[in-house]
Amino acid sequence: MLYVLKRVLAVIPVLGIVAVIVFLLLHLSPGDPAALIAGDTASSDDVERVRQLLGLNRPLHEQFFSWLWRLLQGDLGVSVFTGLPVAQMIGQRIEPTLWLTFLTISFAVLFAVPMGIIAAWKAGTWIDRSLMALAVLAFSLPVFLIGYLLIFGFSLGLGWLPVQGFHSLSEGFIPFIRHLILPAVSGGLVYMALIARMTRATMLEVLGEDYIRTARSRGVGNTRLLLRHALKNAAVPIVTTIGLGIALLLGGVIITESVFAIPGIGRLTVDSVLRHDYPVIQGIVLVVAAVYVFINLAIDLLYTVLDPRIRY
Amino acid sequence: MALTLAQIESRVDVAHRHPAWAFVRRHPLLVIGGVLLALMALVALAAPWIAPFNPTDMSVLKRLKAPNAIHHFGTDAMGRDVFSRVLWGGRVSMIVGLSVALLATGLGMLIGMVAGFSRAADALIMRVMDGMMAIPGILLAVALMALMRASIETVVIAITVPEIPRVVRLVRSLVLVIREQPYVQAAEAIGTRLHWILLRHVLPNAVTPLIVQGTFICASAVLFEAYLSFLGAGTPPEIPSWGNMMAEGRAVVQLAFHIILFPGLFLGVTVLSINLLGDGLRDMLDPKIARRL
Repeated sequence: MLYVLKRVLAVIPVLGIVAVIVFLLLHLSPGDPAALIAGDTASSDDVERVRQLLGLNRPLHEQFFSWLWRLLQGDLGVSVFTGLPVAQMIGQRIEPTLWLTFLTISFAVLFAVPMGIIAAWKAGTWIDRSLMALAVLAFSLPVFLIGYLLIFGFSLGLGWLPVQGFHSLSEGFIPFIRHLILPAVSGGLVYMALIARMTRATMLEVLGEDYIRTARSRGVGNTRLLLRHALKNAAVPIVTTIGLGIALLLGGVIITESVFAIPGIGRLTVDSVLRHDYPVIQGIVLVVAAVYVFINLAIDLLYTVLDPRIRY
Repeated sequence: MALTLAQIESRVDVAHRHPAWAFVRRHPLLVIGGVLLALMALVALAAPWIAPFNPTDMSVLKRLKAPNAIHHFGTDAMGRDVFSRVLWGGRVSMIVGLSVALLATGLGMLIGMVAGFSRAADALIMRVMDGMMAIPGILLAVALMALMRASIETVVIAITVPEIPRVVRLVRSLVLVIREQPYVQAAEAIGTRLHWILLRHVLPNAVTPLIVQGTFICASAVLFEAYLSFLGAGTPPEIPSWGNMMAEGRAVVQLAFHIILFPGLFLGVTVLSINLLGDGLRDMLDPKIARRL
């Protein structure tokens, strides 16, 4: 139990550093932060008002600790555009993003792991080559191109799926899932490529081990050999890649939301960029980084289940 | 795969007669990626001479035309020639990709060497890098762009910063291995200065993995520039870049898909060619890793 506690506590310094980086970004950037937040059209009075409002005239360390204190109480500041608390604005937009993220991960992992296993099993054959070519292609194509091609084919062309928008789960499962299929696929392809390549590499390594040869000589069947003997031992690096790749995925989700007009965190980011609403952008960075850190914490804790030898 | 003697002989023969062909056969990814990238770079460089129209000339009469004989890729919502804009857009991508790759590997190498050699700085540097890696790259770049005035230079800076931690980790891990090598310890024992050790022993060993890493950074930087522009936080809208074109095409996607399709394809092919080049380079320069991936 001690190692679990240690690992959970290790999250605190990382989150602390993220907070420091995010805080310093604004204050070390060239130019006056107050003028930056107030925007291009602001008069000098406006700038002064923002400076007072955000306490930007106080010493740096004082600002940091009062900011951190408010942060710890869940106060992410106030939007300079809408005047609403940033935490509230993010809260309103987080549902579509969470669903999209969840579906994207599920889609990617569900396809990537079998792809990697088959490629490793058939290493060197045309099956392996075409699967890996597909992976490189998926890794290189921009998320929005995939998105628009899917819209063009399945929505405008075949008319099977809606072009864009989002329906909450409370409005029924069918419209909900129909609106999320294309976004999940277009955002998930990059991530799928990453995991498939890693799965193939680890499986190849494991398949070269002596115990695999031994198992095969004992007459263990292919399926059992691949899944029970090889995949189980390859699981840790694969799961690590799934965790680290979440950063890539969250970035992709932001773009995907923009392509499919999904009113989530990604759209909020784009709107805030256009409005020069820095407090909101800062809040989003903090929340998303925290999500990333906690997902990876969960994965690290999962290791102890996957591989009982691992202790912290 | 079993080969007959005749087959082997004919292969050896071909390789003898055409060393270039032998290279192509041994490193197909490298050659395909390299040729594709060279083509894209050439097109971007030659844009002022081969583009049939001025990329920023608007014309109300020629709005949203489908691809035709005069406008090969059609026109956009302001009547600008998409083909010319795609050619010019390549210049932005090439400049950003190359600058970010050089800057990120250079800065990452410096910081990584400091971390690898100084135990005091190591803990601090690596914690900061961990923190930076917890922020998705696109978000960090968007936040940086929100703090700076939009220009090609600031786009390069905003994309470089999130790429640095990975390079630092790579260089640090290399330094940690290399500094334990007997020849480095021998050099230390006879009193060789640190900067000389870094220059003579560490740098040559780090060059190969850095080139490979740099290629992948270049690919991701080209993508990031397009993503940033697409989100409205990148290259200023008056400069034709692939991301800007796709962002503008978004409003008319149902009327004129070609506005998004062509820049998207050029972007995809460019990134693909750089990634292939990276894979090929890794296979050629670093067979130990290549066998695993």
